[in-house]
Amino acid sequence: MNYVLPLIPALPLVAFFITLFLGKWWLKDSAHWIPILAMAGSFVLSVAAFLAIRGEEHAMVVELWRWIPVGDFQVPIAFQLDQLSSVMLLVVTGVGTLIFIYSKGYMHGDPGYYRFFAYLSLFAFSMLMLVLGANYLLLYLGWEAVGLCSYYLIGFYYHKPSAASAGKKAFLTNRVGDFGFGLGVMLIFVTFGSLDYLHVFEAVEHGGTSEGILLAIGLLLFMGAMGKSAQFPLHVWLPDAMEGPTPVSALIHAATMVTAGVYMVARSSVIFASAPTAMLVVGAVGAFTAIFAASIGLVQNDIKRVMAYSTVSQLGYMFMALGIGAWIPAIFHLVTHAFFKALLFLGSGSVIHSLGGEQDMRKMGGLARKIPFTYWTLIAGAFALAGVFPFAGFWSKDEILGMNFKGGGYIIWAVGLIAAFITAFYTFRLIFMTFWGESRMDPEVEKHVHESPWSMVVPLMVLGVLSVGAGALLGIPPEGGLFAKFLEPVFEPANQILGVHHEAFAAIDVILMIVSLAVALSGVALAYVFYVRRPDDLPQKAGAISQPLYKAVLNKWYIDEIYDATIIRLTIDGSRWLWRVVDAGVIDGAVNGVARLWDIAGRIVSPFQTGRVQNYAVVMFVGLFVIVTAVIVF
Amino acid sequence: MVIPIEWYLVLSAFLFAIGAAGVLMRRNLFIVLFSIELMMNAVNINLVGFSRLHENLIGQNFVLFTMTVAAAEAAIGLAIVTALYRNRRTLMVDMFDVMKG
Repeated sequence: MNYVLPLIPALPLVAFFITLFLGKWWLKDSAHWIPILAMAGSFVLSVAAFLAIRGEEHAMVVELWRWIPVGDFQVPIAFQLDQLSSVMLLVVTGVGTLIFIYSKGYMHGDPGYYRFFAYLSLFAFSMLMLVLGANYLLLYLGWEAVGLCSYYLIGFYYHKPSAASAGKKAFLTNRVGDFGFGLGVMLIFVTFGSLDYLHVFEAVEHGGTSEGILLAIGLLLFMGAMGKSAQFPLHVWLPDAMEGPTPVSALIHAATMVTAGVYMVARSSVIFASAPTAMLVVGAVGAFTAIFAASIGLVQNDIKRVMAYSTVSQLGYMFMALGIGAWIPAIFHLVTHAFFKALLFLGSGSVIHSLGGEQDMRKMGGLARKIPFTYWTLIAGAFALAGVFPFAGFWSKDEILGMNFKGGGYIIWAVGLIAAFITAFYTFRLIFMTFWGESRMDPEVEKHVHESPWSMVVPLMVLGVLSVGAGALLGIPPEGGLFAKFLEPVFEPANQILGVHHEAFAAIDVILMIVSLAVALSGVALAYVFYVRRPDDLPQKAGAISQPLYKAVLNKWYIDEIYDATIIRLTIDGSRWLWRVVDAGVIDGAVNGVARLWDIAGRIVSPFQTGRVQNYAVVMFVGLFVIVTAVIVF
Repeated sequence: MVIPIEWYLVLSAFLFAIGAAGVLMRRNLFIVLFSIELMMNAVNINLVGFSRLHENLIGQNFVLFTMTVAAAEAAIGLAIVTALYRNRRTLMVDMFDVMKG
């Protein structure tokens, strides 16, 4: 393992440098080979790591070198392999490889082809550092680096002003969260004198740390997670991030980077378990975000925006699970979500690709026959997202809802159930609007509709298979499947603190499953009625009846407008005040005042310098006379 | 008879004062230049007087050197004055005040 682990992030890093420096002049249109091979290599190594850690009680830590040795502040470059990081490795490298392959077809002919793959490789490196790091500082490093790559890739079409500003928005919004995260990391060091996971968690388990400090650490860390994982009220950047190329949306803004917050909270499960209030906040924010974002997803017409809000909503589910200590279901949902949401994004990308760039669902329709591969794989993803038995999303979502119900969180359970209903509705609204019914395409676009190339279809099919089967394979029986058994050692300490004991699969689970399945199916059915049976009048009628609500949802609950009116307005006005009053008045005033002082002094003194030599001579003589006289007399 | 040192000094003082007055008050650059020569010669008389008083020749030797240098100085000074006159068409000292602050 000593040699395998560092290689996992190193391969994409090497690919990044090669692609960046040779891409423009030499590799050009074959720039995809090195990153794809590197990513596939990382995946193979991740499988090896998975096999090595399976069934192990303790985490493996590989220290490469001391990165920052300053007195008590010792930070090594060290990788930690345990079941949690192993799962993340497999997701990142596995889904990553598929998306790299997909990008070959999707980005074909783009002038920035090599640049795209270089950034993607850098992202893969950063993400792998994030999940492999054995201390909070390495986590922070990876965290910021993925944010940077996200900024690069959102603004990939930098000549488009909307893409450039979406990149900036993502970066700035993340700064707000990262500010808290940074403070949290510092507080951890101040409290425990170390940043290593094992050391910190051991100290927390040992007890003796005041709950107030643990609460502060938990909330600060969660602030970072809110930014990175787009939780309310820092969710605003993710929908705009869809300005980036679709593979980026799939890899970074659905499958991997946005789940970094979930990973971080799960990684810090011991800290959160010791601070129940922090967990309550996590759960409440997650539940609210789940239903809030789902409601916005209901009325969006841009196919990628629907997916974006859906991602925010599903991330809310994961935090909802973390909030009640359902660590394993949260990670399970992270994994299945990575599969089906990557699939949905890539499928949307395939639709957009075959329509020559059209993203508005109102200008689609009737595509099922024309692009059958995309259609069938997207159907699998949609069922998984909607949570229909036996697709992947059903198992993970049901575990989250079930554990909430059994844990007594009835309100959160109900919220989650409503959100699940909305999810099923908007997912199939998307499917029906895009693939069913009459074509609403421009005739010009319609003539050119074509199925995507193999490099795009094959990843879709692989992800489709995973979306269908992964949940059942890993998640049966609920809370006791392969996945849960595998991950148990990591969360054992946190569960001990919480006093959670494992319950056997019982009748209540079956009832809950049937309830959530019924909710999902009714959502699908309602979408069918709305958009297949009566697409011409029912959606408009529903919109008209709930006019104010509809408008609010259509405008994303005016969150952007509220931010504009408050924080941004305040910042701009404050900056203007600083400029006009402080900068121009106080600072410039001080500098100019000093200058004026010398000016006045000069005006007083300069008449003495007449330029006439005789005047100077007189002064000299008089002076000499006085001095000589003084010397003689005294 | 030996001329007492005071006579030398008084003569020298008068000469020096006249020279100084000329440097400080006259407007013509030529006169200023000559007045400087006058002051220098007042000093020379001092040197000679003290040389006699102390009965050695160092002072008189010194005076010879001073006069040599003064001759060279006068040549350069006159050349500068000529150049100035060609440029400015005047030799009034108070007209030369380009360095006024």
